[in-house]
Amino acid sequence: MTTTHSAASDTGGAGHAPEALLQEHFEATIARDHRIEPRDWMPEGYRKTLVRQIAQHAHSEIIGMQPEGEWITRAPSLRRKAILFAKVQDEAGHGLYLYSAAETLGADRADLTERLIEGRQKYSSIFNYPTLSFADVGVIGWFVDGAAICNQVPLCRSSYGPYARAMVRICKEESFHQRQGYELLMTMTRGTEEQRAMVQDAVDRWWWPSLMMFGPPDDASPNSAQSMAWKIKRHTNDELRQRFVDMTVPQAEKLGVTLPDPELRWNEERGHHDFGTPDWDELMRVIKGGGPCNTERVARRRTAHEEGAWVREAATAHAAKRRARTAKEAVA
Amino acid sequence: MSGSDTAHDDDHVYLSLAEGHDDGSDARWAFGTGFEDPLYGVDTTVPEGVDAGEVAATCVELADDALVSAQRLAQWCTRAPELEEEVALANIGLDLLGQARLLYARAGQVDGTGRDEDAYAYFRDAGDFRNVRLAELPIGDFAFSIVRLLVLSSWRLAHFERLAAHHDPVLAAIAAKGVKELTYHRQYAAEWAVRLGDGTDESHRRMRSALDQVTPYIGELFTVYDVEGDVVEVLRQVTEAAGLPMPQIPAAHGAGRDGQHTEHLAPLLAELQSVARAHPEATW
Repeated sequence: MTTTHSAASDTGGAGHAPEALLQEHFEATIARDHRIEPRDWMPEGYRKTLVRQIAQHAHSEIIGMQPEGEWITRAPSLRRKAILFAKVQDEAGHGLYLYSAAETLGADRADLTERLIEGRQKYSSIFNYPTLSFADVGVIGWFVDGAAICNQVPLCRSSYGPYARAMVRICKEESFHQRQGYELLMTMTRGTEEQRAMVQDAVDRWWWPSLMMFGPPDDASPNSAQSMAWKIKRHTNDELRQRFVDMTVPQAEKLGVTLPDPELRWNEERGHHDFGTPDWDELMRVIKGGGPCNTERVARRRTAHEEGAWVREAATAHAAKRRARTAKEAVA
Repeated sequence: MSGSDTAHDDDHVYLSLAEGHDDGSDARWAFGTGFEDPLYGVDTTVPEGVDAGEVAATCVELADDALVSAQRLAQWCTRAPELEEEVALANIGLDLLGQARLLYARAGQVDGTGRDEDAYAYFRDAGDFRNVRLAELPIGDFAFSIVRLLVLSSWRLAHFERLAAHHDPVLAAIAAKGVKELTYHRQYAAEWAVRLGDGTDESHRRMRSALDQVTPYIGELFTVYDVEGDVVEVLRQVTEAAGLPMPQIPAAHGAGRDGQHTEHLAPLLAELQSVARAHPEATW
């Protein structure tokens, strides 16, 4: 935790710049598109907003392991099994980098995990939907990783250095996952009639929840303006959603599947696709815990955390014993 | 960066993301998860004087051990005690899955059937599997999984070190690659065995119980490969450092290598094979 900075901002005491100057320097750094680093002074609101956003992102990676992880043991070929196993492992790795980025802001991973399993912090609404067939693995790669990339590529230029750097690596891995998902769907649509039906069914179920991943529409997104001003966020929810739709439509055509939106069509004048309105009431319901799988997702995470407590305690106890023995040997 | 937040700036990032995926040199990705055939370019002709039947049988046995172990490790996914363990157990599972795939592929090349890896994994029944029984037991708690991993990785490593000199060059190469992986698996298991044995009262109690559960299945391993000395030496060192009793290994009874399994293998395979068998005409 940056206690020295907090003290400085509280007192403005001798030897420290007064808060107005620090604030000015911070704003100039943002304006020049330079990065804020962990030791730099930052407004408390900026720090809190970042901790919240990075923690939610980390939680999403960890909870996001569950819907696809269900299929590792059942993947229908060894190549698909390896791909899926490695993808879910990458998500655990992403969770680790992101919790580390949050820790540079004074947060604590164990505390953030507690907040998640007590339902005090959120994760992406998309992971509260069930995976009903192996085609879901492909569609999650295509839509969910695709949407995540749209959301996250601009974050590679986020004003907070550790977050931006974590995003570069995460985006690279997610683009690989998206390609693998799309390739699975290409293979499946060239397979049997039954497989094509599985793919279309998965597309029908995941399309609207994927559009909701970009969050509520701009006129109902209360925190966006400040995050944009701080360059934590670079584009509005609606801009990113539009980009995702524009990217996905030609991919769907190539795949030979229909996106389940009768209002979807190219608008020559705008140079973008028009599309229907997601069910925002459903998004609010899922965010508030009423999605089909909210309870089981959090329960699984809680069970793993609680059942692992004895292992973590043993590791801590062993490390303490070793330190004590080393100290004793040093004395002797 | 000009600070102008145009879509064009980010499209440039998208383009750079798409680069570097096709050269096959990027070691970031887990083995066999790319878009290339892992055996592409390897000379797979069976050399003269090599007993093809013996090589094929050896490959299938070792592949079955690895696949069944990988399936058990996959069951830890989203259930590990800490995120670092989530990553490590998946790493080990992926290594073993990679070994299984290369070994099945080699078996299919030399046994004359031309079967691919999936034919072995998905379309044989429990009685046809040749894995040792220790590999198929349910995951138990973390202590059990660590003790099993310690025993199986020590055993497999000792055998792979010898197998790296096999007269079939493909099998020898697979073993040489596996030695590096198994050395890490054994190290990971040994470190945790010491932490847990020398941790809290509860972790110590769980480790004793795990040793009791694993020990009856160790004898079988030494009837398969003559590496008892190596494995016992590892167990001696680790149990000593962990403050745990050295297990008294009983004589073998029953043998997975003969297709005699516990009641746990059939349900494991039913799950593993469920989607593939539900859609036998499908391509994945």
